[in-house]
Amino acid sequence: MAKQYEFSSKGLPYLLVLPQMAIVLVFFFWPSAQALWQSFFVQDAFGLRSIFVGFDNYLKLFRDPEYWDSFGVSAAFAVTVALSSMGIALFLAAQANKKIRGAGFYKTMLTWPYAVATMVAGVLWLFMFNPNVGVVAWFLDKTFGLEWNHLLDSTHAFLLITVAASWKQIAYNFVFFLAGLQSVPATLVEAAAIDGAGSFTRFWRIIFPMLSPTTFYLLVMNLVYGFFETFPIVHQVTGGGPGKATSILIYKVWRDGVVNLELGSSAAQSVVLMILVIGLTVLQFRFIERKVTY
Amino acid sequence: MTEHSRLRRFMTHFWLALAIVIIVFPIYLVFVASTHTSQEILSAPMPVTPGPHLLENYARALGEGAENLGASALTMMKNSFIMALGIAVGKIVISLLAAYAIVFFKFPFRSFFFWSIFVTLMLPVEVRIMPTYKVVSDLGLTNSYLGLILPMVVSATAVFLFRQFFMTVPREIAEASQIDGAGPMAFFGEILVPMTRTPIAAMFVIQFIYGWNQYLWPLLITTKQKYYTLLIGINRMLSGADVQIEWEIVMATTLLAMIPPILVVVLMQKQFVKGMTDTEK
Repeated sequence: MAKQYEFSSKGLPYLLVLPQMAIVLVFFFWPSAQALWQSFFVQDAFGLRSIFVGFDNYLKLFRDPEYWDSFGVSAAFAVTVALSSMGIALFLAAQANKKIRGAGFYKTMLTWPYAVATMVAGVLWLFMFNPNVGVVAWFLDKTFGLEWNHLLDSTHAFLLITVAASWKQIAYNFVFFLAGLQSVPATLVEAAAIDGAGSFTRFWRIIFPMLSPTTFYLLVMNLVYGFFETFPIVHQVTGGGPGKATSILIYKVWRDGVVNLELGSSAAQSVVLMILVIGLTVLQFRFIERKVTY
Repeated sequence: MTEHSRLRRFMTHFWLALAIVIIVFPIYLVFVASTHTSQEILSAPMPVTPGPHLLENYARALGEGAENLGASALTMMKNSFIMALGIAVGKIVISLLAAYAIVFFKFPFRSFFFWSIFVTLMLPVEVRIMPTYKVVSDLGLTNSYLGLILPMVVSATAVFLFRQFFMTVPREIAEASQIDGAGPMAFFGEILVPMTRTPIAAMFVIQFIYGWNQYLWPLLITTKQKYYTLLIGINRMLSGADVQIEWEIVMATTLLAMIPPILVVVLMQKQFVKGMTDTEK
């Protein structure tokens, strides 16, 4: 990268970064610091005083089997969503990347669902599987005698949020995989074909390894999505239930903070989540690092 | 063409078509439901072909909304638009300015600023939602457009994208404008920003959708109907017993909530794909 021409001005650059920094400071650093601070306190019964309790909130959290259950559900959920939506998207991208009639139409049709809100995805699947009005729930009952009820059956609940969350995420992964596939040099694939590699070998031996940066990036993004951005689906579809069966971590933070008003515990949970995201981002950063130089 | 490759070609179409059916079917059902009465939807199985109540349902959804809600889809649509536009434009403006400073000026703490913005990438708002809520309520910004927009305007992605683009701008252009006597802000406004059209458009598409589809944040800070966004309205309408829900209104509102972001993606597909895949790099 050639050295950039630089303007010389003393005050101006500070003025330029000021709006961004002000917002970052007020709505990012300050709340994050607050969460950290608050996680060391508990409020008394009347909410009048905060009492310093050190790491108590954390210890309580880690000793709480419910928290570990929530952790387990979140991990199972995030991994299932990431793998299934990435797998399906990769398969579809490979199909749409072939020279076929109507490829443009297929690509558009598989791209636009990105615009559907996560919350709306939840409503769509809820509507199909609602035990009272859902068409699919009715169909399952009439055809297979399967009484679908995600409000009572925790397996049903988990399946429903997993399918809804994966459905919503396919378009996102599709866009990236398609872009990745399009950047694989055709000559390389042709050369392999001439050498007698079948389409299966060509895909797994040549194309897939070349996609590995995309795949890795998507894996991190999908895990972040599964862990943190799927709140709307859980909130709308299952409300964390039945019982606590689908109470993923991000839902629990919200519930303990907003509904149960356990601010100390909620703050401690926030901090744990922050550490989790930072871990994921560091992973991703090690990968970006190779591309970005500053 | 051999039999074998004909079959393979057929299978390609088959899988893609199947995927599209699975994607479209739930949305089709929502459309169908929005053209029937609640009674018809509640009688199992609900019809799977459109009914005659389309205009009536949408008119009611837009004009008055469901009975238990107290907010019309028109109001909520306005709120969603204000929030989405505010977030998209806000992010773009402050990120352009910050990226400009970081790339075109040399000043103490430059990398400190860069990294401070960069770390925001790490923490999605969902993770720090409670403390952010506290800050916003301390500032008295609950139930306000400013409160809906400002905390969402933090954006490392936009700064990143613009920074990358600015770094590819030939330095001679900046030098020439300086020699012509134009100040740094004139260069920014008259030359650099117009050059950045494409990345700005790409960022706009992504951030508009991001803003439009926000859920957790408006759920926390809007308690007055006047500030409900479409998604919040849908949630409120659905939080009751199944038989009391006015499904046709909910479904009409859901479809209305889907249309603007989908239009944006379809009409600006090129910019959208470019914007998405560029932020990866």
